[in-house]
Amino acid sequence: MSLNIIVLAKQVPDTRNVGKDAMKADGTINRAALPAIFNPEDLNALEQALRLKDAHPGSTITVLTMGLPKAAEVIREAIFRGADGGIVLTDRPLGGADTLATSYSLAQAIRKFGNYDIILGGRQAIDGDTAQVGPQIAEKLGLPQVTYAEEILGIEDGKVTVKRRLEHGLETVKAPLPCVVTVNGSAADCRPRNVKRLMKYKYAVSPSEKAALSEEQQKFVDERPYLQLREWGCADIDADPQQIGFPGSPTKVKTVENVVFTAKEARRLENNDEQIEELIKELITNHTIG
Amino acid sequence: MSDKHNLIVYCEFDEGKVAEVSLELLTKGRALADRLGIKLEALVIGHNLDGVEDQIFPYGADTVYKVDDARLYPYTSNPHAAVLINLFKEIEPQIALMGATCIGRDLGPRVSSALHSGLTADCTSLEIGDHTDAKTKTEYKDLLYQIRPAFGGNIVATIVNPECRPQMATVREGVMKKEILDANHKGEVINLDAHKYVAPEDFVVEIIDRQIAKSKVNIKGAPIIVAGGYGVGSKENFQLLFDLASTLGAEVGASRAAVDAGFIEHERQIGQTGVTVRPKLYIACGISGQIQHIAGMQESSIIISINNDPNAPINAIADYVITGNIEEVVPKLIKYYKKNSK
Repeated sequence: MSLNIIVLAKQVPDTRNVGKDAMKADGTINRAALPAIFNPEDLNALEQALRLKDAHPGSTITVLTMGLPKAAEVIREAIFRGADGGIVLTDRPLGGADTLATSYSLAQAIRKFGNYDIILGGRQAIDGDTAQVGPQIAEKLGLPQVTYAEEILGIEDGKVTVKRRLEHGLETVKAPLPCVVTVNGSAADCRPRNVKRLMKYKYAVSPSEKAALSEEQQKFVDERPYLQLREWGCADIDADPQQIGFPGSPTKVKTVENVVFTAKEARRLENNDEQIEELIKELITNHTIG
Repeated sequence: MSDKHNLIVYCEFDEGKVAEVSLELLTKGRALADRLGIKLEALVIGHNLDGVEDQIFPYGADTVYKVDDARLYPYTSNPHAAVLINLFKEIEPQIALMGATCIGRDLGPRVSSALHSGLTADCTSLEIGDHTDAKTKTEYKDLLYQIRPAFGGNIVATIVNPECRPQMATVREGVMKKEILDANHKGEVINLDAHKYVAPEDFVVEIIDRQIAKSKVNIKGAPIIVAGGYGVGSKENFQLLFDLASTLGAEVGASRAAVDAGFIEHERQIGQTGVTVRPKLYIACGISGQIQHIAGMQESSIIISINNDPNAPINAIADYVITGNIEEVVPKLIKYYKKNSK
């Protein structure tokens, strides 16, 4: 049985490299000021999708991402690693969305895409760490959800068997298709780029990327349908303006503060025997240790 | 049925015990409910719930809702979500709190999506306050401030849900303090019929195997913690920390960076996405001090920071700073402890 697989991926700011201009005055993120990467756990999800494709020849993997037009980068990256194609959901009114408005927008895109057997995504994105969008999409589409997946053990008789990693152990569950599965960082790493695919698809572009190319380059893309990534906006997904972006977000950022710790008067010690012995004696004397 | 617009805590219940994080949330919930002049309610879903209210009432709950059905244990997403969604439609809570556990983080989003209510994950503080919308100038009284570090840790954001109810938040274990209000406090028990809240088709995911082990690690309760960060450098170097910990009778903890680097298991992660600790001594080894980490340990009584970098951010909250390599400093601590302790 071949499968239609959707992988949800997010281009995220690399939160390990946050500069001073990272936040806008309204408390939302100034994504342009930060290096953008493929959300790590979405790569784990992609690997599970690729394994399903290996096990079920003829399956197709479509990557869906919502973000700025340049989020097409994650689609290309996924294609280099074995995905078949992708859709960038991008439109100004979709911006400023909290998890609920995001999940509504993605659920609408999935509805429009229509034909799917399983939807995979990372457990959470490193820019928010909320882990909410996967389950919210499942609810909006009326599908079961399997979170914290560490390994998809197989698909048989229309049911997927999944090993889940929980706080204190493992659980194996069986869920009917279609369903939403969110994948943990403890799952297998994603395979690297395939050189042949890289050569073939490196000029794949979304319509807005294509518009920035020279006439000659545009012609090159026009002649090769496999280089044309899909790009959808609000109209394509029949989005209700009241449920997307800022108006569709029940949570509002009230304030954002930079963190300032009240510095204590720390005692600075040298790394030598006398000072360390003195510290140990002091801690023993005041009953902190011993 | 009890009255409406109260504060409700979803209580996790396993092997005869209400989860620690749920009791912590009841304690916080009691304070918030008092501030708002509303009732504190608890919801327990599972099987064999006889007497569970006796564990909950001491924390000040006015009402305990129980939904007892063999099919509701162990936890699966849809049936528990169905209870919350349908019950919340009836009792319209102002605020709903749950643990930021595997269960709470699976359940919360599903419920918030169905009710179109906002949900804030991993709050480190909850307060009540007013809010004026910057654009419409609409004023809102007594909202729940959902406070959490965000975005790589350089900021703390206060989130509000002005219009939608319930205002939902998840909180990690150990963030709030658990405190018995009155051991003899009693409230009302309301047994709900599972069949009224959960449809047969909600039982859609089948659990075919469970291997849940009791946690061997108890960093939350440890009086002394030796914690390592990315600066420890390797799994092998973490052994030094284990040596120091066993010498001092301490537990070993870690920052997220060390866990992500594969030096040590996730169970030991301290910080916003791990556990929050308040030991009497915290020895931070090679931890730079991302705010998510600091959020999880800043209430330690005494903090020692051992770091190569004399300007590591964690030094700002430390009582003692030792500038040097872990490989050199830690063996010295062991040596002089053994020499001076009786």
